[in-house]
Amino acid sequence: MKKYLSRIYMLIMYIFLYAPIIVLAIYSFNESKSRGNWTGFSLKWYIELFQDRDIKTALYYTVSIAIISSIISTILGTIASLGINSLKGNMKSLVLNINYLPVVNPDIVTGISLMILYISFNMDLGFNTMLISHIVFSTPYVILSILPKLKQLDKNMTEAALDLGATPMYAIRKVIIPEIKPGIITGFLTAFTLSIDDFIISYFTKGEGVTNLSIVIYSMARRGVRPTINALSTIMLTVVLILMLIINKRSNLESKTKNQREARY
Amino acid sequence: MRKKIFLGLILSIIILSLTSCSTEEKETLNVLNYDIYIDKTLISEFEKENNVTIKYDTYSTPEEMYIKAKAGASNYDVIITGEYMIERMINEGMVNKLNFDNIPNFQYVGEQFKNQPYDPNNEYAVPYFWGTLGILYNKNAVDTSQKSWSLLWNEKHNQRIIMMDSQRDSFAAALKLLGYSMNTVNEKELDEAKALLLKQKPLVMAYITDGAPDIMINEEADMALVWSGEAVSAMSENENLDFIIPEEGSNIWIDAAIIPTTTKNQELAEKFINFLTSKEATLRNIDEVWYSTVHTEALKEVNEELLENHAFNIPNEDIEKMEMFRDPKEFIDLYSKRWTEIMADKID
Amino acid sequence: MKDKTKYFSYPYIVWIVTFILFPSFLVLLYSITSKDSNGVTTIHFTLENYELFFKKMYVNILFDSIWLAAISTVICLLLGYPAAYIISNAHISKRNTLLFLCILPMWMNMLLRTYAWMTILGNNGLINNFLGFLGLPKLNLLYTKGATVMGMVYNFIPFMILPIYTALSKLDNKLIEAAADLGADKKTVFKKIIFPLSMPGVISGIIMVFMPAVSTFIIPQLLGGNKNMMIGNLIEKLFILNGDWNFGSAISIVMMLIILISMSIMNKFDVDKEGGARLL
Repeated sequence: MKKYLSRIYMLIMYIFLYAPIIVLAIYSFNESKSRGNWTGFSLKWYIELFQDRDIKTALYYTVSIAIISSIISTILGTIASLGINSLKGNMKSLVLNINYLPVVNPDIVTGISLMILYISFNMDLGFNTMLISHIVFSTPYVILSILPKLKQLDKNMTEAALDLGATPMYAIRKVIIPEIKPGIITGFLTAFTLSIDDFIISYFTKGEGVTNLSIVIYSMARRGVRPTINALSTIMLTVVLILMLIINKRSNLESKTKNQREARY
Repeated sequence: MRKKIFLGLILSIIILSLTSCSTEEKETLNVLNYDIYIDKTLISEFEKENNVTIKYDTYSTPEEMYIKAKAGASNYDVIITGEYMIERMINEGMVNKLNFDNIPNFQYVGEQFKNQPYDPNNEYAVPYFWGTLGILYNKNAVDTSQKSWSLLWNEKHNQRIIMMDSQRDSFAAALKLLGYSMNTVNEKELDEAKALLLKQKPLVMAYITDGAPDIMINEEADMALVWSGEAVSAMSENENLDFIIPEEGSNIWIDAAIIPTTTKNQELAEKFINFLTSKEATLRNIDEVWYSTVHTEALKEVNEELLENHAFNIPNEDIEKMEMFRDPKEFIDLYSKRWTEIMADKID
Repeated sequence: MKDKTKYFSYPYIVWIVTFILFPSFLVLLYSITSKDSNGVTTIHFTLENYELFFKKMYVNILFDSIWLAAISTVICLLLGYPAAYIISNAHISKRNTLLFLCILPMWMNMLLRTYAWMTILGNNGLINNFLGFLGLPKLNLLYTKGATVMGMVYNFIPFMILPIYTALSKLDNKLIEAAADLGADKKTVFKKIIFPLSMPGVISGIIMVFMPAVSTFIIPQLLGGNKNMMIGNLIEKLFILNGDWNFGSAISIVMMLIILISMSIMNKFDVDKEGGARLL
């Protein structure tokens, strides 16, 4: 009985979570523009989508900013984590607290504060400002995912490496980095997804025709329900699904091989 | 790992160079225009013809545009916006004089759109489209025996009225209903209008800019305060819809292209303005934005159906009663403050 | 070694001072100066921006935002806790899939998720068409406070489920078994052991739902029809439309304080510092 109840509960939960997305996807194939009635199957909204100039530019900027900002924030974050880990006392907690600010601050406050900074210093609002902003808000997450790994690190290992004649740089490269790699990868992925998905901070720091997908969707949605947005969301959902399946499969495979390896010993 | 970081660096350098290639090799033109106010293929066409890149930016109300253009760092080359904002920007020295030798298409602009108060000597602006403000309504739901702004205050249509989130336009409706000028600089009149708009708030379904036609086409609301072109486009998709220009008088507006002082390439900007105001471009834009044209030659080629639509071919007797927005100078702050207060007011 | 790696943090310290600390200082500076002060020479300090905010109307917006966000958080908790509990009790082979299904929508763009509800709630939307089909009168669903709350719950519920699940899955089964052996019935076990031990997750969940909910401006705009401004809408309007940076900054500072204060209060309850709050 209890089992059934919990099954029904989860079923309702999943309906609640997925019904809107499925409805969105179904209506992307509706021939009619109006959402009230179904007039027939059509792919015309997809064709219209691929001809839309705004969406093409937005896609370009979204992806390039996500790639560049996540790479830079991963590098910056990794180096900074190494440094922060060796800081001591008040200095360390001060840096950590400032680093934590963009995480706890509402996005809108981060967004406007960066906008004020750029405009006060007469910087061109555009690609560069958006890129900097994305690095600003994603680096703290990179650091937060690497620091715990650094804490777990066995200090003796580095010292052993140094005793055996490794230069500090060599020790970092060969001993520390491989150990904190999972943290770096998590940080990179977090930075990437945060950047792809960001709306609010980009909204305040965009300019000169540089937009991202979220901003385009926002300005389209403000005008009402558009089947082209439905088409766009269907595509985005499919991409996410495929990506997630690949990641899942890979991690399953990895854990399997790991288990096998462990079993062998 | 080192390899990967290295690869990452190379990748980012490639991307960076790619982005800078596409922006720096060609000349660029930064254009700022209303949302949905152009046939977008025209932009790509101009880019191709002249081998330039256009960075196209949009906004939804002139107030938003002004903030963008005023921001210290902006470097727009062409801005298309409403006449009262142009007047304000000219007064504040934000607009360059145009070299009309580069804009021969200016000769086709109808005489009634030249020498207007915002640019009395035709030095700064090239008119783009014109139109008016009115009520788009559903014929099956609204009784329009009296063509008045008071329709928007009719309690029978509780939660079926769409208003604009645009301060000047909303105040225009209220001020006209009270019998005042929509350019009033009298604080008492403005307060009365504010009280009226506050009284209306419980009846309003939503405050939306640009989204009203969609809701009206779907018959999800009875009426909406809209600009004339929005009405034309909605009426073309749902024949139950009609448009009235209230008898108390409405607003006549002209949107025009200007070149702000921030431009780095005035000649190219002028070329773009000329391109946009050619007959062909105008005709293609009409099909996209549905506003009334200022282009005398293009008007001759507009199809019959459109000419019969009174939201496109606005009747003279209505025009006579219309008023153009003027820049209320510092007084504009009082408009903004009151509008923010109206939007901030709690209902329920 | 340690002493030298310390220097690695210096570039980042310069970075955060430039792009985090200094901008926050600018916001603070704008919030305590008046609009007329152009440039450094004529700078004019004032508290009028804060005074203006404490006018009844604006304070009401603040309370309203907190109220709507609180309702959404409570709904998320009521709906999310059972879900997290069920998942954590599911067979180990299914757990990951069940959890994955809860988090997947989070990977879709937030604006799209919000937009999806416009299609469903509209006057001629899916729900109303269904009601009409049943011969029932149509309801005004879109452009109401209810729609705003709905949108917040839908958008943020994964943030509630995830940390609670993490806390529950860390629970030591031996404790529950011991309690059962000692004669506690299921209710008592839940009340005395499971729920208290899942508190860190609950608190992280509350923080992670409440924070974005109280500061959102998209949801009230798209689903609320712009009628009931929330604090985020006011800030957006002041910066984007009015260009009133001073008043906008003052409100941002107030919002920042509220968030920081509620965070520190919540963190007092959070015994387990490694809890889900850092899950992102």
